[in-house]
Amino acid sequence: MTQLLPPIGAVLPELVLAISAIVLILIGAVRGEGSANLVTGLAIAVLAAVGVLVLLQPAVEVTAFNGSLVVDAYSRFMKLLAVLGAVVSLIMAVDWQAREKQAKFEYAVLVVIATLGMCMLISAGDLIALYLGLELMSLSLYVVAAINRDSIRSTEAGLKYFVLGALSSGMLLYGASFIYGFTGSVNFLQIAAVAKEPSFGLIFGIVFLLAGLCFKVSAVPFHMWTPDVYEGAPTPVTAFFASAPKVAAMAIFVRVVIEAFPHVTHQWQQIVAFVSLASMVLGAFAAIGQRNIKRLLAYSSIGHMGFALVGLAAGTPEGVRGVLLYMSIYVVMTLGTFACVLTMRRKGQAVETIEDLSGLARRNPVMALALGALMFSLAGIPPLAGFLAKYYVFVAAIQAGLYGLAVVGVLASVVGAFYYLRVVKIMYFDEPVDDFDPMPTELKAVLAVSGLFTIFYFVYPAPLIEAAGAAARSLF
Amino acid sequence: MYQAIVFFPLLGFLIAGFFGRTIGARASEVVTTSLLFIACFLAWIAFFSVGFGDHDTRVHVMQWIHVGDLKVDWAFRVDTMTVIMLIVVTTVSSLVHLYSIGYMHEDPSRPRFFAYLSLFTFAMLMLVTADNLLQLFFGWEGVGLASYLLIGFWYEKPSANAAAMKAFVVNRVGDFGFMLGIFAIFVMTGSIAFEEVFAAAPSLAGKTIPFLGHHWDAPTVIALLLFVGAMGKSAQFLLHTWLPDAMEGPTPVSALIHAATMVTAGVFMVARMSPIFELSQTALNVVMLIGATTAMFAATVALVQNDIKKVIAYSTCSQLGYMFVAMGAGAYSIGVFHLVTHACFKALLFLCAGSVINAMHHEQDMRNMGGLAKKIPFTYVMMLIGTLAITGFPFLAGYYSKDAIIESAWASKNYFALYGWVMTVAAAALTSFYSWRLIFLTFHGHPHDHHHYEAAHESPKVMTIPLGVLGVGSVIAGFALYNVFVGEGVHDFFRHSIFMGAENHILHEIHEIPLWAKYLPTLMMVLGFVIAYWFYIVDRTVPAALAKSQDALYQFLLNKWYFDELYDRIFVKPALWIGRLLWKRGDGTIIDGFGPNGVSARVLDVTRGVVRLQTGYLYHYAFVMLIGVAAFITWFMFAGV
Repeated sequence: MTQLLPPIGAVLPELVLAISAIVLILIGAVRGEGSANLVTGLAIAVLAAVGVLVLLQPAVEVTAFNGSLVVDAYSRFMKLLAVLGAVVSLIMAVDWQAREKQAKFEYAVLVVIATLGMCMLISAGDLIALYLGLELMSLSLYVVAAINRDSIRSTEAGLKYFVLGALSSGMLLYGASFIYGFTGSVNFLQIAAVAKEPSFGLIFGIVFLLAGLCFKVSAVPFHMWTPDVYEGAPTPVTAFFASAPKVAAMAIFVRVVIEAFPHVTHQWQQIVAFVSLASMVLGAFAAIGQRNIKRLLAYSSIGHMGFALVGLAAGTPEGVRGVLLYMSIYVVMTLGTFACVLTMRRKGQAVETIEDLSGLARRNPVMALALGALMFSLAGIPPLAGFLAKYYVFVAAIQAGLYGLAVVGVLASVVGAFYYLRVVKIMYFDEPVDDFDPMPTELKAVLAVSGLFTIFYFVYPAPLIEAAGAAARSLF
Repeated sequence: MYQAIVFFPLLGFLIAGFFGRTIGARASEVVTTSLLFIACFLAWIAFFSVGFGDHDTRVHVMQWIHVGDLKVDWAFRVDTMTVIMLIVVTTVSSLVHLYSIGYMHEDPSRPRFFAYLSLFTFAMLMLVTADNLLQLFFGWEGVGLASYLLIGFWYEKPSANAAAMKAFVVNRVGDFGFMLGIFAIFVMTGSIAFEEVFAAAPSLAGKTIPFLGHHWDAPTVIALLLFVGAMGKSAQFLLHTWLPDAMEGPTPVSALIHAATMVTAGVFMVARMSPIFELSQTALNVVMLIGATTAMFAATVALVQNDIKKVIAYSTCSQLGYMFVAMGAGAYSIGVFHLVTHACFKALLFLCAGSVINAMHHEQDMRNMGGLAKKIPFTYVMMLIGTLAITGFPFLAGYYSKDAIIESAWASKNYFALYGWVMTVAAAALTSFYSWRLIFLTFHGHPHDHHHYEAAHESPKVMTIPLGVLGVGSVIAGFALYNVFVGEGVHDFFRHSIFMGAENHILHEIHEIPLWAKYLPTLMMVLGFVIAYWFYIVDRTVPAALAKSQDALYQFLLNKWYFDELYDRIFVKPALWIGRLLWKRGDGTIIDGFGPNGVSARVLDVTRGVVRLQTGYLYHYAFVMLIGVAAFITWFMFAGV
């Protein structure tokens, strides 16, 4: 059975997602505006089911469609993470949509389609599949950024993201065509077989390809869209942006450079190292100037992508494992933080500046404690999860001899600690302002899980480390 | 028993210090005072048992420090020197405790006051019972701390705080020398326990300490360093400036700490370390020189002071100088003798002054007093006894001890013996003059402030009883103790607690000096009295006229030889200047500027720059992306693939 129809078994999650998306559109179209809750609920169920399907996939490496899609431990790990981000951010959107009277069934459908794109992206085995997955994901994202079409900020965010995304896609395609031209293949493994020696044309292509990917992970200097889109897009959308697509883009980033260009490592390493360094530094410095918590988190995510790329710059299995661990911990921390941001709502009106958190410790000590733990973790304070995440990538970088990168990374995290700790200071030492509206149950649950994971991860990190290690090894 | 003597005051301190608020002021007073009296009673038993019964002992309390070669135990060394100090300290302290109940009765912080007094007493007892130099140093610093706390007891007064700090800082100078001395002893003998140091002392003769390319005589260096410590604690010339200022503290404190006990710690230490001082004639010469200079200098300043406590403070300084003259002459027992008698009559004088101040409602300027003899007759009589004792009126305490010092200076083979003799004899006249001046200005003549005069009243019993006890002591201490401190009984009394070299026969030689030299101090005393009588009883215009005609000299003395001004220029101003430089320029501009503040300012600059990049314009964003790609391409073009 598996021998006869390997592609079906391998692409089952993607198939389920695609069919579900069509079904959900039909339901929405037939039942009209009132179907938003039903569609969203179904979408959540579908995503959860897809997560289970991914988990149940065999651990062996399977290719489908003539090598265009690869299913291995790596893709399983990253798909799970991306689906987790998608499903949690969708859950967090339910209450928000109700309160903002923005209940639209299209949102859930678009998230499902975007997730389909991510899964294809993560499994991509050649440049064509990469582009298809990337565009499927991106087009959905452009629309969800502007989902609140009555809001100028939201539409502006969507438009900006679209124009710049189109530019980056163009660059990516341009680079892909160069690579094809110089290697005669679009398949990663065949490219690797041909590209034994670095040539200028190949490097040219890699630069453009990586520029496109850097845009998706919002790494400096292709990050400019991030703060504006994060701020402008509706908050649940921002939470979604900050989690799932980042995972998918980082996944393909890693897969491309490791699988397709193992013999020009030294060259792409320079690009990754620079991008990572610039992201860490800019993320740390620029966030200090922010008052809006969504903008602050935008810069924070830029910085975190920089830290994750430190692991990739090492170019070793340990480094890739570091990236995977970093992304896992990052996604959990980010979702928890956004659960708090979504709670920042006074008399039905969302508030977004960090001063609105003043004295939270006195009004809502549990939330303040959880958010405080997340902030300490994002800052990288031992023994919280965020510290260990940084630890993995820095150790990998040092083992690979990238001392300068590690030192700058540590310094940047010191600078970055300032704005995270400022949030803690505001919560604990400033005079309280009015209460927030009550926190919906699902947000409480997300925040609790995220906070507990962050605080207690160090107690039993082995399962995650082993899974990430297995995933990383499957690339080499 | 010895544990009780030492630890009862500590117990009192702990009770009054930690529970004073709970148990109240009265209970604090009663507890600390009774504990002190018990300790005092035990100390007297110890005195007779050890002093006349040959019961030297060593009481081991606990093992303290064992590190490498350094082995320090906490133990009490009980010998004659110790028990002498025990009775002096506990007696004066218990009387002062009692007196303070009356003197401080209006003060709201009495528990704190009595706690400090007991803490001081404990530290002083630790000092005198020390079995090794570290323990001695512990007590030394402990009394310094208590002195600091008590000088600044009225901490609302800026002048009291300044005086407290001054006492502390000046004493640090001495302590530094003392510490170096202890280190040197450890280096040379490998121990700081008295027993072993004294056993090793004879072998130190002729040894040298190399320093700065020169080999210095070891006993001389050690003795001089120790003496620097003694100078600080005993307010000797050059390091004396803190003592007069210390009068900012309550008067009982001045009596206990700054007259009878703590300031004599230096004298005690030199006597205790006599096995080392005996090895170096150079050191003894310096001791004599400094002592004689102090005796004379302080006496001259005391001539013109108007604050009743300042006069007595300078008098104390001067008398401490006398004690060091005896030390320099090698007559350690005589120095200690004067220590004991001085404790009696100086505590008496201070407590009487306190009684006067109490009667005058905290007026301390003698020019505003006068005619008080009728108002407070008991205090007057007691102060008269104190004055007679200090001036050396025949058969009172000072007569025996001070004259013995002057005789020892004459008989000494010290290089500065003649200088010491001349200075002490002259100072005797000055002592007599200023002491009688104090009496005449305060108790005789006409009252200058009728309002205060009318309200003046005799102090309550708790204050007058200690005066009476000390008065009796001032009368009898001299002839009662003469034999064992100066006469034939010295050797049997002191035994090994002080050491006198084989060549040192000073105690015999003082009995062989010419008769005129023997009676000269008494003559001087009379001379001082006569002049004072003439100046302040017969014709009160003379002092003013004299001051006017000798204005420069008068100002010189009134301003205490300008020592404070001199030190201010030499040490304080430059130190403040350096401090300000390091603070403003060093810390503020350089460290903060380039350190925390600089870094954070640069971070904000960078942040501002980065944030400014985020214009919100799409084409800027696109431009940055293209620049990024172009930069990478350029990099690879030039760096090579």
